Amino acid sequence: MTLRRKACIAGAYEHPTRKAPDKTVAQLHAECARGALADAGLTMADVDGYFCAGDAPGMGAVNMLDYLGLINVRYVDSTETGGSSYLLHVAHAAAAIAAGKCNVALITLAGRPRSEGSSGVAPRAVVPNVPDAPWESLFSPVTVNMYALVAARHMYQFGTTSEQLAWIKVAAAAHAQHNPHAMLRDPVTVQEVLDSPMISDPLHKLDCCVVSDGGGALVVTRPEIARSLKRPVINLLGAGEAVKGQLGGQVDLSWSAAALSGPKAFEEAGVKPADIQYASIYDSFTITVLMQLEDLGFCAKGQGGKFVADGNLISGVGKLPFNTDGGGLCNNHPANRGGITKVIEAVRQLRGEAHAKVQVPNCTLALAQGIGGLLGSRHGSGTLILERA
Amino acid sequence: MSTMSQDRPLGATITDAATEPFWAAAKEGVLKFRRCSACAKPNWYPRAVCPYCFGDTDWEASKGTGEIYSVSVTRRAGPIPYAIAYVRLDEGVTMLTNITDCDLDALKIGQRVKLVFKPTEDGNHLPMFTPV
Repeated sequence: MTLRRKACIAGAYEHPTRKAPDKTVAQLHAECARGALADAGLTMADVDGYFCAGDAPGMGAVNMLDYLGLINVRYVDSTETGGSSYLLHVAHAAAAIAAGKCNVALITLAGRPRSEGSSGVAPRAVVPNVPDAPWESLFSPVTVNMYALVAARHMYQFGTTSEQLAWIKVAAAAHAQHNPHAMLRDPVTVQEVLDSPMISDPLHKLDCCVVSDGGGALVVTRPEIARSLKRPVINLLGAGEAVKGQLGGQVDLSWSAAALSGPKAFEEAGVKPADIQYASIYDSFTITVLMQLEDLGFCAKGQGGKFVADGNLISGVGKLPFNTDGGGLCNNHPANRGGITKVIEAVRQLRGEAHAKVQVPNCTLALAQGIGGLLGSRHGSGTLILERA
Repeated sequence: MSTMSQDRPLGATITDAATEPFWAAAKEGVLKFRRCSACAKPNWYPRAVCPYCFGDTDWEASKGTGEIYSVSVTRRAGPIPYAIAYVRLDEGVTMLTNITDCDLDALKIGQRVKLVFKPTEDGNHLPMFTPV
Protein backbone atom coordinates (compact mmCIF):
# COMPACT_ATOMS: atom_id res chain seq x y z
CA MET A 1 0.00 0.00 0.00
CA THR A 2 1.29 3.45 -0.84
CA LEU A 3 0.36 6.51 1.23
CA ARG A 4 0.63 8.79 -1.79
CA ARG A 5 -2.31 11.24 -1.64
CA LYS A 6 -4.15 8.97 0.82
CA ALA A 7 -4.38 11.69 3.49
CA CYS A 8 -4.16 15.46 3.89
CA ILE A 9 -2.96 17.86 6.54
CA ALA A 10 -6.13 19.86 7.10
CA GLY A 11 -5.21 21.73 10.26
CA ALA A 12 -2.02 23.08 11.80
CA TYR A 13 -1.41 25.24 14.83
CA GLU A 14 1.67 26.48 16.65
CA HIS A 15 1.13 27.78 20.16
CA PRO A 16 2.33 31.40 20.34
CA THR A 17 3.74 31.08 23.85
CA ARG A 18 7.47 30.65 24.41
CA LYS A 19 7.24 30.76 28.21
CA ALA A 20 4.25 29.42 30.08
CA PRO A 21 4.96 29.19 33.83
CA ASP A 22 1.26 29.60 34.58
CA LYS A 23 0.03 26.72 32.42
CA THR A 24 0.23 22.94 32.70
CA VAL A 25 1.60 20.69 29.98
CA ALA A 26 -1.83 19.10 29.53
CA GLN A 27 -3.42 22.53 29.15
CA LEU A 28 -0.92 23.44 26.44
CA HIS A 29 -1.80 20.20 24.61
CA ALA A 30 -5.49 21.15 24.81
CA GLU A 31 -4.89 24.69 23.57
CA CYS A 32 -2.91 23.31 20.63
CA ALA A 33 -5.64 20.75 19.85
CA ARG A 34 -8.25 23.52 19.91
CA GLY A 35 -6.13 25.69 17.64
CA ALA A 36 -5.51 23.00 15.03
CA LEU A 37 -9.16 21.93 14.88
CA ALA A 38 -10.26 25.57 14.53
CA ASP A 39 -7.69 26.03 11.76
CA ALA A 40 -9.13 23.03 9.92
CA GLY A 41 -12.74 23.98 10.55
CA LEU A 42 -13.45 20.78 12.46
CA THR A 43 -14.68 20.06 15.99
CA MET A 44 -13.75 17.82 18.91
CA ALA A 45 -16.53 15.44 17.93
CA ASP A 46 -14.94 14.89 14.53
CA VAL A 47 -11.69 13.51 15.99
CA ASP A 48 -11.56 9.72 15.77
CA GLY A 49 -7.78 9.20 15.79
CA TYR A 50 -5.25 10.53 18.33
CA PHE A 51 -1.44 10.56 18.26
CA CYS A 52 1.00 11.70 20.93
CA ALA A 53 4.58 10.96 22.05
CA GLY A 54 6.77 11.11 25.14
CA ASP A 55 5.98 14.74 25.94
CA ALA A 56 2.36 13.76 26.70
CA PRO A 57 2.17 13.28 30.47
CA GLY A 58 1.35 9.90 31.92
CA MET A 59 0.37 6.94 29.79
CA GLY A 60 0.16 8.90 26.55
CA ALA A 61 -3.24 8.67 24.94
CA VAL A 62 -4.79 7.11 28.05
CA ASN A 63 -4.28 10.22 30.17
CA MET A 64 -4.50 12.73 27.35
CA LEU A 65 -7.77 11.58 25.79
CA ASP A 66 -9.44 11.67 29.19
CA TYR A 67 -8.10 15.19 29.82
CA LEU A 68 -8.97 16.44 26.35
CA GLY A 69 -12.47 14.94 26.43
CA LEU A 70 -12.16 13.24 23.06
CA ILE A 71 -14.74 10.46 23.30
CA ASN A 72 -15.04 9.41 19.65
CA VAL A 73 -11.47 8.21 19.20
CA ARG A 74 -11.17 4.67 17.83
CA TYR A 75 -7.49 4.70 16.88
CA VAL A 76 -4.51 5.69 19.07
CA ASP A 77 -0.74 5.68 18.50
CA SER A 78 1.98 6.76 20.94
CA THR A 79 4.99 6.14 18.71
CA GLU A 80 8.04 7.64 20.42
CA THR A 81 11.16 8.60 18.48
CA GLY A 82 11.95 11.79 20.38
CA GLY A 83 11.57 15.05 18.50
CA SER A 84 10.94 13.27 15.22
CA SER A 85 7.87 11.43 16.58
CA TYR A 86 5.34 13.83 15.07
CA LEU A 87 6.57 13.30 11.51
CA LEU A 88 6.08 9.58 12.04
CA HIS A 89 2.65 10.32 13.49
CA VAL A 90 1.60 12.06 10.27
CA ALA A 91 2.64 8.98 8.28
CA HIS A 92 0.99 6.59 10.74
CA ALA A 93 -2.19 8.68 10.69
CA ALA A 94 -2.21 8.50 6.89
CA ALA A 95 -1.79 4.73 7.04
CA ALA A 96 -4.62 4.42 9.57
CA ILE A 97 -6.86 6.59 7.37
CA ALA A 98 -5.97 4.57 4.28
CA ALA A 99 -6.81 1.38 6.19
CA GLY A 100 -10.18 2.76 7.22
CA LYS A 101 -9.32 2.89 10.91
CA CYS A 102 -10.05 6.60 11.33
CA ASN A 103 -11.00 9.73 9.36
CA VAL A 104 -9.78 12.70 11.39
CA ALA A 105 -6.51 12.24 13.27
CA LEU A 106 -5.26 14.74 15.83
CA ILE A 107 -1.54 14.97 16.73
CA THR A 108 -0.47 17.08 19.72
CA LEU A 109 2.83 18.10 21.28
CA ALA A 110 3.45 20.44 24.22
CA GLY A 111 5.95 21.05 26.98
CA ARG A 112 7.48 23.58 29.33
CA PRO A 113 11.24 22.89 29.38
CA ARG A 114 12.01 26.61 29.70
CA SER A 115 9.81 27.05 32.78
CA GLU A 116 11.11 23.78 34.18
CA GLY A 117 14.77 24.77 33.77
CA SER A 118 15.78 22.17 31.19
CA SER A 119 18.89 22.62 29.09
CA GLY A 120 21.03 20.79 26.57
CA VAL A 121 23.92 20.48 29.02
CA ALA A 122 21.88 18.89 31.81
CA PRO A 123 22.47 15.20 32.57
CA ARG A 124 19.89 13.09 30.80
CA ALA A 125 17.67 11.07 33.12
CA VAL A 126 18.75 7.44 33.55
CA VAL A 127 15.71 5.21 33.17
CA PRO A 128 15.86 1.71 34.72
CA ASN A 129 16.59 -1.21 32.38
CA VAL A 130 17.69 0.90 29.43
CA PRO A 131 20.36 -1.45 28.06
CA ASP A 132 22.92 1.17 26.98
CA ALA A 133 22.76 3.26 30.19
CA PRO A 134 25.23 1.25 32.33
CA TRP A 135 27.85 1.56 29.59
CA GLU A 136 27.45 5.26 28.89
CA SER A 137 25.79 7.40 31.55
CA LEU A 138 28.89 7.90 33.76
CA PHE A 139 30.83 9.35 30.82
CA SER A 140 28.40 12.31 31.00
CA PRO A 141 26.79 12.26 27.59
CA VAL A 142 24.47 15.28 27.46
CA THR A 143 22.39 16.40 24.53
CA VAL A 144 24.89 18.86 23.09
CA ASN A 145 28.00 16.68 23.21
CA MET A 146 26.23 13.77 21.54
CA TYR A 147 25.70 16.07 18.56
CA ALA A 148 29.15 17.67 18.90
CA LEU A 149 30.79 14.25 18.38
CA VAL A 150 29.11 14.08 14.97
CA ALA A 151 30.23 17.61 14.09
CA ALA A 152 33.82 16.89 15.15
CA ARG A 153 33.92 13.73 13.07
CA HIS A 154 32.38 15.50 10.05
CA MET A 155 35.06 18.18 10.22
CA TYR A 156 37.79 15.53 10.46
CA GLN A 157 36.42 13.35 7.68
CA PHE A 158 35.14 15.95 5.21
CA GLY A 159 36.88 19.22 6.10
CA THR A 160 33.68 20.95 7.20
CA THR A 161 34.32 24.21 9.08
CA SER A 162 32.70 26.10 11.95
CA GLU A 163 32.11 28.98 9.51
CA GLN A 164 30.06 26.69 7.28
CA LEU A 165 27.97 25.42 10.21
CA ALA A 166 27.45 29.03 11.32
CA TRP A 167 25.73 29.80 8.00
CA ILE A 168 22.87 27.53 9.07
CA LYS A 169 22.24 29.72 12.12
CA VAL A 170 22.65 32.87 10.03
CA ALA A 171 19.92 31.64 7.66
CA ALA A 172 17.57 30.73 10.51
CA ALA A 173 18.07 34.14 12.11
CA ALA A 174 17.49 35.91 8.79
CA HIS A 175 14.07 34.26 8.74
CA ALA A 176 13.28 34.67 12.44
CA GLN A 177 13.48 38.47 12.25
CA HIS A 178 10.12 38.36 10.45
CA ASN A 179 8.42 36.07 13.00
CA PRO A 180 6.86 38.09 15.84
CA HIS A 181 6.61 34.94 17.99
CA ALA A 182 10.28 33.90 17.58
CA MET A 183 12.34 33.73 20.76
CA LEU A 184 15.42 35.16 19.03
CA ARG A 185 14.60 37.79 16.40
CA ASP A 186 17.92 39.52 15.83
CA PRO A 187 19.88 38.72 12.66
CA VAL A 188 23.31 37.27 13.40
CA THR A 189 26.55 37.05 11.43
CA VAL A 190 28.91 34.12 10.93
CA GLN A 191 31.41 35.92 13.16
CA GLU A 192 28.85 36.30 15.95
CA VAL A 193 28.25 32.54 15.90
CA LEU A 194 32.00 31.86 16.06
CA ASP A 195 32.42 34.40 18.88
CA SER A 196 29.64 32.87 21.02
CA PRO A 197 30.82 30.67 23.91
CA MET A 198 32.08 27.19 23.06
CA ILE A 199 29.69 24.73 24.69
CA SER A 200 31.11 21.40 23.49
CA ASP A 201 33.74 21.48 20.73
CA PRO A 202 33.04 22.34 17.96
CA LEU A 203 29.52 23.55 18.80
CA HIS A 204 29.14 27.12 20.02
CA LYS A 205 26.15 28.48 21.90
CA LEU A 206 24.69 29.83 18.67
CA ASP A 207 25.00 26.39 17.04
CA CYS A 208 22.37 25.23 19.56
CA CYS A 209 18.58 25.58 19.42
CA VAL A 210 16.56 27.56 21.92
CA VAL A 211 14.87 26.09 24.98
CA SER A 212 11.23 27.15 24.85
CA ASP A 213 7.82 26.32 26.23
CA GLY A 214 4.92 25.80 23.86
CA GLY A 215 3.52 23.22 21.55
CA GLY A 216 1.76 22.47 18.33
CA ALA A 217 -0.91 20.29 16.79
CA LEU A 218 -1.84 18.87 13.41
CA VAL A 219 -5.06 17.49 11.98
CA VAL A 220 -4.68 14.76 9.34
CA THR A 221 -7.82 13.77 7.43
CA ARG A 222 -9.17 11.64 4.65
CA PRO A 223 -8.82 13.57 1.33
CA GLU A 224 -12.60 13.85 0.83
CA ILE A 225 -12.88 15.57 4.21
CA ALA A 226 -10.00 17.94 3.45
CA ARG A 227 -11.61 18.90 0.16
CA SER A 228 -14.89 19.70 1.94
CA LEU A 229 -13.17 22.21 4.24
CA LYS A 230 -12.29 25.83 3.49
CA ARG A 231 -8.50 25.51 3.72
CA PRO A 232 -6.06 24.71 0.90
CA VAL A 233 -5.70 20.94 0.42
CA ILE A 234 -2.24 19.71 1.46
CA ASN A 235 -1.60 16.13 0.37
CA LEU A 236 0.88 13.72 1.89
CA LEU A 237 2.89 12.47 -1.10
CA GLY A 238 5.47 10.30 0.60
CA ALA A 239 6.80 9.31 4.01
CA GLY A 240 9.77 7.45 5.41
CA GLU A 241 10.93 6.51 8.88
CA ALA A 242 14.03 4.87 10.29
CA VAL A 243 16.01 4.35 13.48
CA LYS A 244 19.80 4.21 13.72
CA GLY A 245 22.07 3.29 16.62
CA GLN A 246 25.67 2.31 17.20
CA LEU A 247 25.53 -0.66 14.84
CA GLY A 248 26.67 -3.15 17.46
CA GLY A 249 29.92 -1.25 18.01
CA GLN A 250 30.68 -0.44 14.36
CA VAL A 251 29.94 3.22 15.13
CA ASP A 252 29.70 5.36 11.98
CA LEU A 253 28.87 9.01 12.60
CA SER A 254 29.13 9.97 8.93
CA TRP A 255 25.47 9.27 8.20
CA SER A 256 22.15 9.55 10.02
CA ALA A 257 18.86 7.66 9.87
CA ALA A 258 17.70 10.32 7.37
CA ALA A 259 19.78 8.39 4.82
CA LEU A 260 17.24 5.58 5.28
CA SER A 261 13.99 7.51 5.78
CA GLY A 262 14.65 10.05 3.01
CA PRO A 263 14.92 7.71 0.02
CA LYS A 264 11.76 5.88 1.11
CA ALA A 265 9.83 9.15 1.19
CA PHE A 266 11.16 10.33 -2.18
CA GLU A 267 10.38 6.98 -3.76
CA GLU A 268 6.82 6.98 -2.48
CA ALA A 269 6.30 10.60 -3.54
CA GLY A 270 7.84 10.04 -6.98
CA VAL A 271 9.92 13.21 -6.74
CA LYS A 272 13.62 14.09 -6.38
CA PRO A 273 15.42 16.37 -3.92
CA ALA A 274 15.92 18.92 -6.73
CA ASP A 275 12.11 19.20 -7.06
CA ILE A 276 11.65 20.40 -3.46
CA GLN A 277 10.86 24.14 -3.24
CA TYR A 278 10.93 24.47 0.55
CA ALA A 279 12.44 22.26 3.26
CA SER A 280 11.79 22.19 7.00
CA ILE A 281 14.88 20.51 8.46
CA TYR A 282 15.04 19.77 12.19
CA ASP A 283 17.64 22.09 13.63
CA SER A 284 18.34 20.96 17.17
CA PHE A 285 21.90 21.99 16.33
CA THR A 286 23.50 23.32 13.16
CA ILE A 287 25.19 19.96 12.53
CA THR A 288 21.79 18.24 12.60
CA VAL A 289 20.72 20.27 9.57
CA LEU A 290 23.92 19.63 7.66
CA MET A 291 23.72 15.87 8.20
CA GLN A 292 20.10 15.67 7.11
CA LEU A 293 20.65 17.77 3.98
CA GLU A 294 23.41 15.39 2.88
CA ASP A 295 21.52 12.25 3.85
CA LEU A 296 18.36 13.37 2.05
CA GLY A 297 20.39 13.90 -1.12
CA PHE A 298 20.21 17.69 -1.41
CA CYS A 299 23.99 17.48 -1.85
CA ALA A 300 26.61 14.75 -1.88
CA LYS A 301 27.90 13.25 1.37
CA GLY A 302 30.58 15.52 2.76
CA GLN A 303 29.50 18.52 0.69
CA GLY A 304 26.99 19.88 3.22
CA GLY A 305 29.35 22.60 4.40
CA LYS A 306 29.68 24.06 0.93
CA PHE A 307 25.94 23.62 0.33
CA VAL A 308 24.82 25.67 3.34
CA ALA A 309 27.42 28.44 2.98
CA ASP A 310 26.84 31.90 1.55
CA GLY A 311 23.14 32.03 2.38
CA ASN A 312 22.00 29.07 0.29
CA LEU A 313 19.30 28.27 2.90
CA ILE A 314 17.92 31.85 3.05
CA SER A 315 14.55 32.37 1.39
CA GLY A 316 14.83 34.68 -1.59
CA VAL A 317 18.62 34.35 -1.60
CA GLY A 318 19.61 30.70 -1.84
CA LYS A 319 18.50 27.62 -3.71
CA LEU A 320 16.88 25.77 -0.80
CA PRO A 321 14.85 27.98 1.56
CA PHE A 322 14.69 26.23 4.94
CA ASN A 323 12.97 26.83 8.30
CA THR A 324 11.37 30.10 7.31
CA ASP A 325 9.82 30.46 10.78
CA GLY A 326 13.31 30.69 12.28
CA GLY A 327 13.31 27.01 13.21
CA GLY A 328 14.49 25.59 16.49
CA LEU A 329 17.64 27.67 16.29
CA CYS A 330 15.67 30.92 16.67
CA ASN A 331 11.91 30.50 16.83
CA ASN A 332 10.76 27.65 19.01
CA HIS A 333 11.69 24.18 20.25
CA PRO A 334 8.66 23.24 22.36
CA ALA A 335 9.12 20.33 24.77
CA ASN A 336 12.71 20.08 23.45
CA ARG A 337 11.11 18.46 20.41
CA GLY A 338 11.11 20.22 17.07
CA GLY A 339 9.31 17.78 14.83
CA ILE A 340 5.83 19.27 14.81
CA THR A 341 6.94 22.83 14.09
CA LYS A 342 8.75 21.47 11.03
CA VAL A 343 5.46 20.20 9.62
CA ILE A 344 3.57 23.35 10.61
CA GLU A 345 5.93 25.70 8.73
CA ALA A 346 5.87 23.43 5.66
CA VAL A 347 2.06 23.64 5.73
CA ARG A 348 2.25 27.44 6.00
CA GLN A 349 4.54 27.57 2.97
CA LEU A 350 2.28 25.30 0.90
CA ARG A 351 -0.78 27.36 1.84
CA GLY A 352 1.05 30.57 0.97
CA GLU A 353 0.65 31.70 4.58
CA ALA A 354 4.28 32.11 5.59
CA HIS A 355 5.44 35.65 6.31
CA ALA A 356 5.57 37.63 3.04
CA LYS A 357 9.30 38.27 3.50
CA VAL A 358 10.07 34.53 3.55
CA GLN A 359 7.21 33.01 1.52
CA VAL A 360 8.48 30.84 -1.34
CA PRO A 361 6.61 31.97 -4.49
CA ASN A 362 4.05 29.46 -5.72
CA CYS A 363 5.24 26.80 -3.28
CA THR A 364 3.59 23.50 -4.23
CA LEU A 365 6.13 20.90 -3.07
CA ALA A 366 7.75 20.86 0.37
CA LEU A 367 9.65 18.49 2.61
CA ALA A 368 9.58 18.19 6.40
CA GLN A 369 12.35 16.25 8.09
CA GLY A 370 13.16 15.46 11.70
CA ILE A 371 15.71 13.64 13.80
CA GLY A 372 14.95 12.88 17.44
CA GLY A 373 17.01 11.32 20.18
CA LEU A 374 20.79 11.68 20.02
CA LEU A 375 22.44 12.03 16.62
CA GLY A 376 25.70 10.64 18.03
CA SER A 377 24.27 7.43 19.49
CA ARG A 378 20.64 6.45 18.94
CA HIS A 379 18.05 8.44 17.02
CA GLY A 380 14.90 8.22 14.94
CA SER A 381 14.24 9.97 11.66
CA GLY A 382 11.03 10.89 9.88
CA THR A 383 10.71 12.36 6.39
CA LEU A 384 7.50 13.74 4.88
CA ILE A 385 6.95 15.09 1.39
CA LEU A 386 3.88 17.30 1.03
CA GLU A 387 2.19 18.95 -1.94
CA ARG A 388 -0.43 21.58 -2.38
CA ALA A 389 -3.20 20.09 -4.48
CA MET B 1 45.32 27.28 24.86
CA SER B 2 45.52 24.37 27.20
CA THR B 3 42.95 22.78 29.47
CA MET B 4 44.40 20.11 31.73
CA SER B 5 41.91 17.36 32.51
CA GLN B 6 40.69 17.07 36.07
CA ASP B 7 39.11 14.04 37.68
CA ARG B 8 35.42 14.74 38.22
CA PRO B 9 33.19 12.90 40.68
CA LEU B 10 31.85 9.70 39.11
CA GLY B 11 28.51 8.49 40.46
CA ALA B 12 27.49 4.93 41.16
CA THR B 13 27.64 2.35 38.39
CA ILE B 14 24.58 0.39 37.35
CA THR B 15 25.15 -3.22 38.34
CA ASP B 16 22.94 -5.91 36.91
CA ALA B 17 23.27 -9.33 35.27
CA ALA B 18 24.75 -7.70 32.17
CA THR B 19 27.38 -5.61 33.93
CA GLU B 20 28.47 -7.52 37.05
CA PRO B 21 31.23 -9.63 35.37
CA PHE B 22 32.43 -6.51 33.57
CA TRP B 23 32.93 -4.55 36.80
CA ALA B 24 34.62 -7.57 38.41
CA ALA B 25 37.14 -7.73 35.53
CA ALA B 26 37.64 -3.97 35.66
CA LYS B 27 38.70 -4.27 39.31
CA GLU B 28 41.46 -6.59 38.06
CA GLY B 29 42.49 -3.99 35.49
CA VAL B 30 40.92 -5.74 32.51
CA LEU B 31 38.52 -4.21 29.95
CA LYS B 32 36.16 -6.83 28.61
CA PHE B 33 33.88 -6.89 25.60
CA ARG B 34 31.75 -9.69 24.15
CA ARG B 35 32.21 -11.81 21.06
CA CYS B 36 29.64 -14.04 19.38
CA SER B 37 30.38 -17.75 19.60
CA ALA B 38 28.36 -18.32 16.41
CA CYS B 39 29.45 -15.56 13.98
CA ALA B 40 32.65 -14.51 15.84
CA LYS B 41 31.86 -10.80 15.62
CA PRO B 42 32.67 -8.60 18.63
CA ASN B 43 29.97 -6.31 19.99
CA TRP B 44 29.81 -3.15 22.08
CA TYR B 45 28.11 -2.20 24.35
CA PRO B 46 28.26 -5.79 25.58
CA ARG B 47 25.20 -7.88 24.74
CA ALA B 48 24.42 -11.45 25.79
CA VAL B 49 22.63 -12.02 22.47
CA CYS B 50 24.60 -11.15 19.34
CA PRO B 51 23.23 -8.03 17.57
CA TYR B 52 24.35 -9.48 14.21
CA CYS B 53 23.01 -13.06 14.29
CA PHE B 54 21.17 -13.56 17.65
CA GLY B 55 23.83 -16.11 18.64
CA ASP B 56 25.15 -16.44 22.20
CA THR B 57 28.17 -14.33 23.15
CA ASP B 58 31.07 -14.68 25.61
CA TRP B 59 33.35 -12.23 27.42
CA GLU B 60 36.80 -11.56 25.98
CA ALA B 61 39.61 -9.33 27.28
CA SER B 62 40.67 -6.29 25.29
CA LYS B 63 44.32 -5.22 25.09
CA GLY B 64 43.08 -1.78 26.13
CA THR B 65 44.52 0.09 23.17
CA GLY B 66 42.86 1.91 20.33
CA GLU B 67 42.37 5.26 18.65
CA ILE B 68 40.05 8.23 19.00
CA TYR B 69 37.18 8.01 16.48
CA SER B 70 35.62 11.30 17.61
CA VAL B 71 36.09 13.60 20.59
CA SER B 72 34.41 16.70 22.03
CA VAL B 73 35.54 18.74 25.01
CA THR B 74 32.40 19.65 26.89
CA ARG B 75 33.09 22.98 28.55
CA ARG B 76 29.75 24.14 29.89
CA ALA B 77 28.05 21.14 31.50
CA GLY B 78 29.17 21.64 35.08
CA PRO B 79 32.26 23.09 36.72
CA ILE B 80 34.83 20.70 35.23
CA PRO B 81 35.47 20.46 31.47
CA TYR B 82 35.72 16.90 30.21
CA ALA B 83 36.37 15.09 26.95
CA ILE B 84 33.69 12.72 25.74
CA ALA B 85 34.86 10.44 22.96
CA TYR B 86 34.30 7.39 20.87
CA VAL B 87 37.38 5.17 21.01
CA ARG B 88 37.80 2.37 18.50
CA LEU B 89 39.51 -0.53 20.27
CA ASP B 90 42.09 -2.52 18.34
CA GLU B 91 39.74 -5.50 18.64
CA GLY B 92 37.34 -3.64 16.32
CA VAL B 93 34.54 -2.18 18.43
CA THR B 94 33.94 1.49 19.19
CA MET B 95 32.93 2.56 22.70
CA LEU B 96 31.71 5.77 24.29
CA THR B 97 34.18 6.90 26.96
CA ASN B 98 36.17 9.85 28.31
CA ILE B 99 39.73 10.87 27.49
CA THR B 100 41.60 11.94 30.61
CA ASP B 101 44.99 12.67 32.22
CA CYS B 102 46.02 14.99 29.39
CA ASP B 103 45.67 18.45 27.87
CA LEU B 104 42.11 18.32 26.59
CA ASP B 105 42.76 21.05 24.00
CA ALA B 106 45.44 18.93 22.33
CA LEU B 107 43.21 15.92 21.65
CA LYS B 108 42.82 14.88 18.02
CA ILE B 109 40.73 12.37 16.15
CA GLY B 110 42.98 9.49 15.05
CA GLN B 111 45.20 9.80 18.12
CA ARG B 112 46.38 6.55 19.76
CA VAL B 113 45.09 6.00 23.29
CA LYS B 114 45.39 3.44 26.06
CA LEU B 115 43.14 2.31 28.89
CA VAL B 116 43.05 3.89 32.35
CA PHE B 117 40.52 3.13 35.05
CA LYS B 118 38.90 5.76 37.26
CA PRO B 119 37.16 4.93 40.57
CA THR B 120 33.42 5.43 40.90
CA GLU B 121 31.42 6.40 43.96
CA ASP B 122 30.47 2.77 44.61
CA GLY B 123 34.03 1.43 44.38
CA ASN B 124 33.93 0.20 40.79
CA HIS B 125 36.41 1.11 38.07
CA LEU B 126 35.27 2.98 34.97
CA PRO B 127 37.26 2.48 31.73
CA MET B 128 38.60 5.72 30.26
CA PHE B 129 41.51 6.41 27.93
CA THR B 130 44.58 8.60 27.83
CA PRO B 131 46.87 9.50 24.91
CA VAL B 132 49.76 7.05 24.43
